[in-house]
Amino acid sequence: MCNCVSRLSTHRAVGAGKREDQTQTDTQQKEPELVAGPSQYGSLWPLPQKVHISDVSFKLSSSNFQITDAKESSAGPSCNLLQSAYRRYYEYVFVGPKNQKRGRDQPAGPSEVTELQVWITSPDSDCDSFPTESSDESYELSVDQPVAVLKAPKVWGALHGLETFSQLVYEDEFGAKTINSTVISDFPRFAHRGVLLDSSRHFIPVKVILANLETMAMNKFNIFHWHIVDDSSFPYLSQTFPQLSEKVRNRDGYRIRYFLRYRPNSIVPTEHRFTSFETVPRFGIHVTFPPPPPNRKSNPDIQKFMEQQGFGQDFTKLESFYIQRLLDIVTTTQKGYMIWQEVFDNGVKLKPDTLIHVWKGNQQSYQREMANITSAGYRTLLSSPWYLNRIAYGQDWQAIYKADPQDFKGTDDQKKLVIGGEACLWGEFVDATNLTPRLWPRACAVAERLWSAKEVTDTNDAFNRLAVHRCRLVERGIPAQPLYTSYCPREYKGI
Amino acid sequence: DAAFIRYHRLIFPDHTADNLSVSAGHASVNAESVWGVLRGLETFSQLVYQDDFGTHFVNRTDIEDSTQFQYRGLLLDTSRHYLPVPVILKTLDAMAYSKFNVFHWHIVDDPSFPYQSRTFPNLSNKGAFHPVSHVYTQSDVKRVISYARMRGIRVLPEFDSPGHTNFWGRGQSDVDSLLQKRHPSGTFGPVNPALPSTYQFMASLFKEVASVSTFFTVCFCRKSNPHIRAFMQKVGFGVDLPKLDAFYMERIVNITSALNKTSIVWQDVFDYLNIHRRIWRTMIMDFMVEVWKHGCYLCEVRRLTKAELRVILATPWYLDQPGPTHNWARYYVVEQKKLVTGWGVNLWGEYVDASNLAPRLCDERQTSSVERAFPRLQDFRCKLLRRGIQAEPLYVGHMQT
Repeated sequence: MCNCVSRLSTHRAVGAGKREDQTQTDTQQKEPELVAGPSQYGSLWPLPQKVHISDVSFKLSSSNFQITDAKESSAGPSCNLLQSAYRRYYEYVFVGPKNQKRGRDQPAGPSEVTELQVWITSPDSDCDSFPTESSDESYELSVDQPVAVLKAPKVWGALHGLETFSQLVYEDEFGAKTINSTVISDFPRFAHRGVLLDSSRHFIPVKVILANLETMAMNKFNIFHWHIVDDSSFPYLSQTFPQLSEKVRNRDGYRIRYFLRYRPNSIVPTEHRFTSFETVPRFGIHVTFPPPPPNRKSNPDIQKFMEQQGFGQDFTKLESFYIQRLLDIVTTTQKGYMIWQEVFDNGVKLKPDTLIHVWKGNQQSYQREMANITSAGYRTLLSSPWYLNRIAYGQDWQAIYKADPQDFKGTDDQKKLVIGGEACLWGEFVDATNLTPRLWPRACAVAERLWSAKEVTDTNDAFNRLAVHRCRLVERGIPAQPLYTSYCPREYKGI
Repeated sequence: DAAFIRYHRLIFPDHTADNLSVSAGHASVNAESVWGVLRGLETFSQLVYQDDFGTHFVNRTDIEDSTQFQYRGLLLDTSRHYLPVPVILKTLDAMAYSKFNVFHWHIVDDPSFPYQSRTFPNLSNKGAFHPVSHVYTQSDVKRVISYARMRGIRVLPEFDSPGHTNFWGRGQSDVDSLLQKRHPSGTFGPVNPALPSTYQFMASLFKEVASVSTFFTVCFCRKSNPHIRAFMQKVGFGVDLPKLDAFYMERIVNITSALNKTSIVWQDVFDYLNIHRRIWRTMIMDFMVEVWKHGCYLCEVRRLTKAELRVILATPWYLDQPGPTHNWARYYVVEQKKLVTGWGVNLWGEYVDASNLAPRLCDERQTSSVERAFPRLQDFRCKLLRRGIQAEPLYVGHMQT
């Protein structure tokens, strides 16, 4: 079934695959060994909550397979979101040349799946809305012959289910598309599963952002945290303050002019606004409040202001004041908001529904921070172990995979306040030339940690599934870098 | 001629030859050989710049240039991950832009054997990741060599032995018997220095490779087993393993000399024999040594040059080890002296394939004062991008277009 997994070892790797039997080859190793071989879960990533794949296999033919709306579904041909997803996933499933259309009257073969029916069960499919924090992303998938059925309360679950379906399809030794009889019932463990990209340290062309959004969808991420502006540049074209940046499109592409540097005494929020994109939902604002630059402290206007307000020399009171005003402004826009942890650490007064983003420290310190934040009753997100801009030699995906946002000393109620996490790829050393390989497949480890059940921790099985999943990303045109010595049946072609 | 066309396109990417007019003056490149001309063309192309209106300019310039080192190499590892030929060719382009002149092609190793041998086709049939899609045919290899030659780059394919030959056994039933089964589980390698058939096999393989390419390297890593020990008793080495190693090494070096080739060995060979100096002194050492190990690598270079061996230094430039980009500075200040023939930049392939090769390689860690170099390097990186090479960013910043 999997013909591109390879074996992990420090000095030699043996390609396990269809040419070889699955004997475990062994050598003296200095570090614990991951043993490759096909997983019982195929190449599913992230692993669904409940999945059973049987041994009975069916074939799929590109000329005789369709994704359709079930009769009883509350979404139909007018639901653009689903219709374009059907087209997209048909292409993903049948990578490569397609057959000519067979005669219409030809019946399905005895072991052929000819249709995937998508059934949105809730009367309001959510087709025309944006997803929110409380959206239902669950789905049920049952693959049988001749019809497979994907049931979901909302379109969001259907999108996830389509991805899962596409991951169940594999090629047999003759190259025929095959899928086994399967029953899956799935939903995410955490509601906030995000990726942060930084387009201020280096400008990221829109094309690259879109390709990464597609990859996020393939990994069931549902938040794109766009760190759009910062000290280095302000590429966001504001309608209200157009002089903040000037984006001039000429025939060679974008030309960005630096215009505004961060000025401590002007109220210009480093706002992050998400674009609406049907496969990656969410709309909100994240306010950052980095430590004040030194010149602020000596600025006479600020000094005077602080005296007037009765802050004396206490800059944390100034921070409080600023952040409060900012949050008040944001509240009027009726968007959700979240803040980086420093604001909490500095004792600023916060509203009870504030979401706090934990990003600092080693395991001990971020676990302590999570405990503190949740015991104070705030909701929280974890990023500390998932700073993907920090690279290392070797398979660092394993450490990323092992980190768990609910792994800290606290009550069950506290743990419920953890709503998820984000993989962050800060941009000091990252731009369009190296973003995608650096982000994937390491971010996949975060994806599974945030979606799958808490008990899914077997790195061996993860390796086997992830190696094939990575080759699948490559096949879909995403230059996801290798986990270790290995090969993909279809290597990355773009250079 | 090919170079003229190539550089014309690089300098004037938007223009065709007909609507080009040049005002005043002319430039000339003088060199003793075509290789010098190639380097001069590259330098010329780097002098040309454009103003905001797109007019091309070059300032009056006088340059006298020569190289400090004959061997300026780059290693790519196509055994840990198969690199499609277009990716290798693109790398050769980037090498030419940076005036590299040696492509050290670590073509096979334990994990896979993608070199399709005419004499022993089963080596790749059984040893490659995939016998059809993940091999380098004879014509692939010739193509790489010819593409490199047009850019003034020599290609050195490397065949390690007796160790790192895990996959050789799978492909060749005679080689099977050559290899020692290490465990009942069925792993193979290294090749068995005790069998005469080993050397016949090596000779045939190397002869074929030599006909395809002008140079190649051999590595030397070995372990022991009962067959070996029996052989050693037979030829009177007793339990003196170094004697066996020397024996093997000599045979291999003889094979390569007979083909009129120079061997390059990894420092392990020298280190090992250095400890067993009595053996070493009786051997005729006519090979170059590549220094790659950490620690006091300059001490090693000193030892080698004292023994009158030519040295290639690679330790400071192990690009497979990533780090924040501004660490490129640590590659910039290493001292070398006379017998040091050159340096090698090595990008091992455990974690590298076509998806991430270009940005990791073109990390510009291969270019002496760090502060003065930074702005030039940034500029050069932009040039590489414009020429289609995915060079990673050095730090925060942006490119014009």
